[in-house]
Amino acid sequence: MNFDDTPQEAEFRATARAWIGANAPKQYEEELRKSSLGRTVLKNANILEVAKAWQKKKADAGWACLHWPKEYGGRGSSPIERVIWSQEEGPFGQLSRMFIIGHGMCGPTMMAFAREEHKRTYLPPLASGEKVWCQLFSEPAGGSDVAGLRTRAEKDGNDWVINGQKIWTSGAHYSDYGILLTRTDPTVPKHKGLTMFFLDMKSPGVEVRPIKQASGASDFNEVYFTNVRIPDHQRLGEVGDGWNVSLTTLMNERSAIGAAVSTGFPELFEYCSSLMLDDGPAIEDRAVRSKLANWAVKASGLKYTSMRAISALSKGERPGPENSIGKLVAGSMIQDVATYALDLQGAGGVVSGEDGELAGRFQAMLLRAPGTRVEGGTDEIMRNIIAERVLGLPGDIRVDKDVPFNKIPTKGRG
Amino acid sequence: MNFDFSDDQKQLRDQARKFLAEKCPPKAVRVVLDGKAPYDKELWKGLAEMGFLGVAIPEEFGGAGAGHLELCVIAEEMGRANAPVPFSSTVYLAAEALLIAGSDAQKKKWLPAIASGEAIGTLALFEGKGNPSPRNVKLTAANGVLNGVKKPVADGAIADFAVVAARTGSSGRDNDISLFLVDLKAGGVEVKSLTNLDPTRGQAEITFRDAKAEPLGAAGEGWGILTQVLDRAAVLCAFEQVGGSDRALEMGRDYALDRIAFGRQIGSFQAVKHMLADMYVSATLARSNSYYGAWALSTNAAELPEAAAAARISATQAFQHCAKNNIQVHGGMGFTWEFDCHMYYRRANAMALGLGSLSYWEDQLIDRMRKKNAA
Repeated sequence: MNFDDTPQEAEFRATARAWIGANAPKQYEEELRKSSLGRTVLKNANILEVAKAWQKKKADAGWACLHWPKEYGGRGSSPIERVIWSQEEGPFGQLSRMFIIGHGMCGPTMMAFAREEHKRTYLPPLASGEKVWCQLFSEPAGGSDVAGLRTRAEKDGNDWVINGQKIWTSGAHYSDYGILLTRTDPTVPKHKGLTMFFLDMKSPGVEVRPIKQASGASDFNEVYFTNVRIPDHQRLGEVGDGWNVSLTTLMNERSAIGAAVSTGFPELFEYCSSLMLDDGPAIEDRAVRSKLANWAVKASGLKYTSMRAISALSKGERPGPENSIGKLVAGSMIQDVATYALDLQGAGGVVSGEDGELAGRFQAMLLRAPGTRVEGGTDEIMRNIIAERVLGLPGDIRVDKDVPFNKIPTKGRG
Repeated sequence: MNFDFSDDQKQLRDQARKFLAEKCPPKAVRVVLDGKAPYDKELWKGLAEMGFLGVAIPEEFGGAGAGHLELCVIAEEMGRANAPVPFSSTVYLAAEALLIAGSDAQKKKWLPAIASGEAIGTLALFEGKGNPSPRNVKLTAANGVLNGVKKPVADGAIADFAVVAARTGSSGRDNDISLFLVDLKAGGVEVKSLTNLDPTRGQAEITFRDAKAEPLGAAGEGWGILTQVLDRAAVLCAFEQVGGSDRALEMGRDYALDRIAFGRQIGSFQAVKHMLADMYVSATLARSNSYYGAWALSTNAAELPEAAAAARISATQAFQHCAKNNIQVHGGMGFTWEFDCHMYYRRANAMALGLGSLSYWEDQLIDRMRKKNAA
């Protein structure tokens, strides 16, 4: 057990640090440092443009998508080098959140299933942030039940014709490409009739409508497909094998570790360290200390769980369910942390945005947090994954398992 | 960076697990639980023969000289087996106090005896209710003798010697406290067993009346030494708690797979699955915090105080959580004496108090984090 860098790791760290020191957009450092879940604001700049410029600079110098192979725009780094990079990149790493779906899920799926010429064409501009990708999986009828999707793909000559609707698509409004899961055969049980594609989001018939969230922001979209044509060579995997392809995507989401999970704890600790309550400093209040200590050990537990996963990964072991734990614990924790920070603010806590305490940092966190507990699998799905895949408990009873898809009753939004 | 135990250490874990599965099955634990023996003497002897008691004691003092990571590995297995032996008081508290502050002569006298299983040691710190604090130490030391009462003292009724915290000054500061070594089999010492939450590890009241004592470490430095001892023990106990958490989770999982109700395995009900998933989550967070503590302990890193407090809190919570919900998964059967669930419930709740309660460690953690941030 060793937390120190090996000589090679130390050298990598020094090189990374020097390059970041000389090249990072320092004018935004303070604003990025003060950003939290739900609140990443650059007052005098467009964050997407800043993010793209930083990503491009990294790519040109060989620091983009560190673990990807070099021929696809990466660096071929080890998992531990990735962690070191993210430690050194610090607040500037927040900018790469704009590309997280593309880099973490779409790219690896392309690597596993696309034709070689497509990989060479599409992956380097994805790595460099010049092109942004989204993932079109969820639908109104199938959120957690991903395989319940209804968007149709029908073969027409060498093309497929797509009709239907996706929802909760992060970043679709600024994405150039997307990976798309469709139903190609409704007469077989739901997992067996799916097929995956990638497509140009500017294709005729694609319409993106941003969804205004509970927080007031619009990070997600509805995406409508009306007779959208996708050439067959943009199919990923075999016809009818889309479920397996999407599992690869989701596995990659799980292994996209190394990036720090937002828990809200550092923000709360910093806040309590300077906050004065009616009876004195918050940090000296017994009740406050107890709350802080409980969250502190959750935050550190998540951090070291992820480091254990990285150690396992560097020994060639496959990533386990550690990342399910990360989102499961962090999701409700950030919600609780935000609620508590507002409680400490008393009646004034109701004031949000720029008018609020700390420019509404915890208010923004509170309003964004419910989404974290739903996106990428709800808390309940995460618990099922742990119970079934780690502890070996029986699967939920699935009444639709062997029923042809077009015979399954459906109602309600995903 | 490598955040895992080595292959050799994992092999040691397998060896310890196999040994304890054979020598310390639940029915052996029950002999002590039912009050038929004060501790499992055969197991204690076996642990000594395996070299487990002296695994972190240097070879020059009769130990194996392997190190603290190895001791963490053993500790986890001791917790998993719910071993009814004075391991934590002797190995984590008494031996560590000697390693930190003992003179060469003191080490030579006691450490080989610990490693060979001949001597049981303990720490006599508490005096009734309350958490570790210099203010709570009333027992006095003067002219080489101690006067006062300590309780609860873990394994006090079977211990051969104790490290005793005593008041040697009246300045009102931490340097009023000094540590002493006392031979509990000598005169001036009266020991009384106390009933306690976890009979598999006894508690005692010890009265000292002009009991002869020799200083351990420099006069007035007792509190500083004690803090180090408690931090080290916090990490080692955390591994016992992690082992106990894992075992409680396993018991709950196995029962959920075995027990049929309403025509289904109860583990197929989402309410039960989710309860077990949450147990897994808390056990995993505790394990990860404890690994960090193990690294800090084995390298004597500056992070040890903070890492120890985090491991302590996390592992205490996890063991309590898993032990409590293991009973819940078992339903009515879990509440019977016959089922083993209550042994882990007892151990979890007794361990939550032994080195000072959760609220004490919460305070420690926040103070230490503040200190680090200020630095």
